[in-house]
This record gives sequence, structure tokens and C-alpha cells, in this order.
Amino acid sequence: MGLEISSLINALPGACAQGLIWGIMAIGVYITYKILDLADLTVDGTMCTGGAVCIVMMTTGHSVGVSMFWAFLAGMAAGLVTGFLHTAMGIPAILAGILTQLSLYSINLRILGGKANQAISLEKYDLLVSLRWIRGVPFYQNTIFVAAVAIVILVAILYWFFGTELGCSVRATGSNPNMSRAQGINTDFTKILGLMLSNGIVALSSAFLAQYNGFVDINMGRGAIVVGLAAVIIGEVVLGRIHGNFAFRLLAVAFGAIVYYVVMQIVMWLGLLSTNDNKLLSAIIVAVFLAIPYLKEKYFRKAAGKGDAQNA
Amino acid sequence: MLELKNISKTFNAGTVNEKRALCNLSLSLKDGDFVTVIGGNGAGKSTMLNAVAGVFPVDAGSISIDGVDVTKLVEHKRAKYLGRVFQDPMTGTAASMQIEENLALAARRGMRRTLKSGITKTERDQYRELLKILDLGLEDRLTAKVGLLSGGQRQALTLLMATLKKPKLLLLDEHTAALDPKTAAKVLEVTDRIVSRDSLTTLMITHNMKDAIVHGNRLVMMYEGQIIYDVAGEEKKGLKVSDLLHKFEEVSGGAFANDRMILN
Repeated sequence: MGLEISSLINALPGACAQGLIWGIMAIGVYITYKILDLADLTVDGTMCTGGAVCIVMMTTGHSVGVSMFWAFLAGMAAGLVTGFLHTAMGIPAILAGILTQLSLYSINLRILGGKANQAISLEKYDLLVSLRWIRGVPFYQNTIFVAAVAIVILVAILYWFFGTELGCSVRATGSNPNMSRAQGINTDFTKILGLMLSNGIVALSSAFLAQYNGFVDINMGRGAIVVGLAAVIIGEVVLGRIHGNFAFRLLAVAFGAIVYYVVMQIVMWLGLLSTNDNKLLSAIIVAVFLAIPYLKEKYFRKAAGKGDAQNA
Repeated sequence: MLELKNISKTFNAGTVNEKRALCNLSLSLKDGDFVTVIGGNGAGKSTMLNAVAGVFPVDAGSISIDGVDVTKLVEHKRAKYLGRVFQDPMTGTAASMQIEENLALAARRGMRRTLKSGITKTERDQYRELLKILDLGLEDRLTAKVGLLSGGQRQALTLLMATLKKPKLLLLDEHTAALDPKTAAKVLEVTDRIVSRDSLTTLMITHNMKDAIVHGNRLVMMYEGQIIYDVAGEEKKGLKVSDLLHKFEEVSGGAFANDRMILN
């Protein structure tokens, strides 16, 4: 079995599509990790909840639009629980996220009617995306196109939202909670709002992913936070030098997700690892990209003033 | 304008680290009073300001601002009455946001934050004018991230933010202590200008006794969570640093030598 470059090239559109769908998820992670400065582990649960709600609703006769809307709401509900545990109950954010994530495993099983997975047929249901729509379909039906449009719409909405008074107060909370309270911002509320928005978006991505795969699986969210963080960090490392506005930084996150899946694809293609090593590989990729900025700073620092501002 | 009645606060009550920070403290400020607060480390100066700001609830006593009892009000709800500047220049601003965004956040203090635009064109022009008061060239850098500014610039900006919506009470917690002498003087000068322009009721903590005498119309000295000296008007104007030192030694038994009060 030699290294056939054509087999890699054949696999790239799929990697792109997956990257775009996970890019939506990563944008959700960006809201908590970068904007709110919280590491929210709820998303490992939400990344299944959204798909479960969407697929179960579709197979019981609801339209794809309605199903995805409810998936979004279900994600927001999960974020609300984490936010409540964190702000009203005083549980550290990371632990609050873990608690919600754990409980979501049971809840997801309930949503799926006690089954560990649920398939949805492309022929019988009106899906938005599918891994079989990567090529050979009109461009407007192509999953890459649909996912890209979804990202552009999402980024446009978030760009608007984070420019509003309310959105600015969420950003301020992440940047400096003490100052925010001094300026009359209810930081408990803004944290909950951010967590809800983030998990809603992750659930939406989950709904896309379940349709893309043609099934929802109880384990599909496992390690999702790592992929999300990978995308955020890769986007920052690769495109961080370009001074773009907020919308650009969100697009960089989606781009980071694509890079992540392409890198995964290349490593798989090299045949060094089997699919069983997926999670190990994810962790290594994230560790490498997390370490790059630190190592660059430590060993390749140019003589710079120490008053250099931290990057936002 | 501000009425503190018998407030007490003990931190870590019942543990080895128990600290009585405020003991039965009462203080009353008239409208337009500019009060400077001095005292050694651990005298309770910052605790008093934070109690007014609602950073923590007090154990006993009541706090009212302009006739409104705020004792039970949480920090972000009390914020609509207060402008605050902190000792650490990093505390008062959002570093990852632009200068104009920081100002816009401050302009909405005490208001409902809606889905309207976070900053309007009119505001921008207004901020540009206001920043000119500071004379730091910030009016040309409206969209610069606050994280890029120096400590002095950030304090000046925080001061502007604190007074953008005229507060009932301005709380300055050693806002020049982290700055070099020249910048500190400049920020104090701007403080004086803004306070007198808007005739703001002000509480200013300082470690510099000369500043405490020169600025404001009234001076209070704190020791072990209580106000031990309160002087106003002509008597205050006539004070000398040595008078304050004597006063302090009287009550504390000469603990000043160890203190970081600046004696110049």
C-alpha cells in the first residue's frame, strides 16, 4: 500500500466539510474560551444533545428548520444549567461544565429513547448536509457550500450582537469582571448569556454533524472541547498576525477547524496511525498548537519592549 | 450625599486570619464634599470604599447614598450612583476593548443594556472632545485597544469613565499610587479639574499626606477601622505633614516608621 496522493486529494473535500461543521462548534467555544475567558466543558455533552434533538425530531415528522431551531434551544438550556451552577451556586466554571456534561449523557440517552444511536436516511428525510453531498451535486446542495453559508450567516449575526450594548457587556465581563461590575454590568447574567449562546451554537453544529454523518451517536461529543480549542488556537496561530476585526477572528476559528481536519486527514493518509488513535492524535495536535505560541515567546523572542500589550 | 452609620466588617471571622477591618465606622459627606482619606496599611481605607461600592456586604450598619439606602444593594446595582477609580491601572478598564468601547460601557452605567448599537456616531465625537481634557493625545486613538496604553493613560481614562455619567459619589482608591511622580501629579491635576467642574462629591484615598492636605476640602485619618481624625475648611488648609504625623503617632504609638506613607 503506497502513498497515493490521489487518495489524499479525494479525502480533502470531506475533511473540508467536516472542518466547516466543526468550525461552527469552534465559534461556540470561542465565545466562552476567548470572549468570556471561561473553559466550558459542557460542550462535550451539547455536541451530542443538538444532534439527538434534531434527528429525533426529524424522524418524528418535524421539518429540518424546526428541528435545528429546537436543537439550538436545547443547547442554550444546557448552557443555562452550567451558568446557573457557576454563578448562582458558586461552582467553578470548569467543574460546573463537567457536571452538566456528565448529566447530559443521561439526558441524551433519554432524548434518543434509550438507544445509543439513531440513524436518519438521506433518501427519506430532507437533510441540509450529508457526507454523500460532497461532490456530484449542484453547488447549492453541496455540503461545503451549505456549511460555509451557515458560517457566514452565524459570523454576521455574532458580529452584530457583540457590537450591541448587551454584546459589549458580555465582552467586558470576559475582559475585566471587576470593571464590568463597577460599570453596572450584572456579570452573572452576562456569563449565563454567553454560556447559553455558546452552547446553542455548539448544539447547532451538532445538528449539522448528525445530518452529515447520517446518524447521531451518544459518544459523538466526546472530546469535542479539544477539537473546538484546537480550531480556536490553530486559527490564532496561523492567522493571528493579521490584524482583522472581530468577524475576521471568528472566520479564522472556522479556518482553524478546517486546518485541523486536513492535518488529521494527512496523518491518517500517511498510515502512521489507525482510526483508533484519533483521540490521541487530536490531543497531540492541540498540545502542539498550544505550545507553539509559548515556545516561540520563550526561545525566539525578538528584543521587544516589555510593555507589549497582550493580544485580545 | 453619603451617610455611613456604624458600619462594621470582619474578614475571615472565626479563623486564625480574622481581621476586623471596619469597627463601627460612621461618616457623613455633604453634597460637593471632596474628602481625602489617609491612614496606615490595614487601617481600613480601601475596605471602607469597597463597602460603599458594595464589593462585599457589611456585617452591621447602614450605607445610604443621596438618601437611598443601598446597604443591601449588590455591586452592579449600586454602580449607577458611583464612579470608581482603583489603585491598579489594570482594574478600571477592559484591556482587550477599544478606548471608545470602554467609554461607551461607562456611558451606559446604570442603564439597561439592550440590543441597540454599543456605540453611536454622536458618542464618538463627544468622546473625542472629552479625551482632549486629558491632554494625552488619546483623542486621536479612539479605536486603540486600552491594553496598549500606559498605566497613567489608563488611570486618566478610568477617571474619565468614572465621571462620564455624573456619579453621586466618586470613589478614588489610591488611584495615583502605582504611577510615577510626574504622571501621578498629572492625573491628580485632571482629577481636581473634573471634580470641581462637575462639583462631584468625592472620597479619595491617598498615601501621600501632602496630596491629602492640598486636595479637597476635608481630610479624615483612619486607624484600625475607625476614623480618628476629621478636619475640614480653613483648619485643614493650614495643616502641615508634621501635624498629621504627630496626630498619627498620638493614637498609634509611633508605628509610622514602618509604614509606606510617603512623607515628602
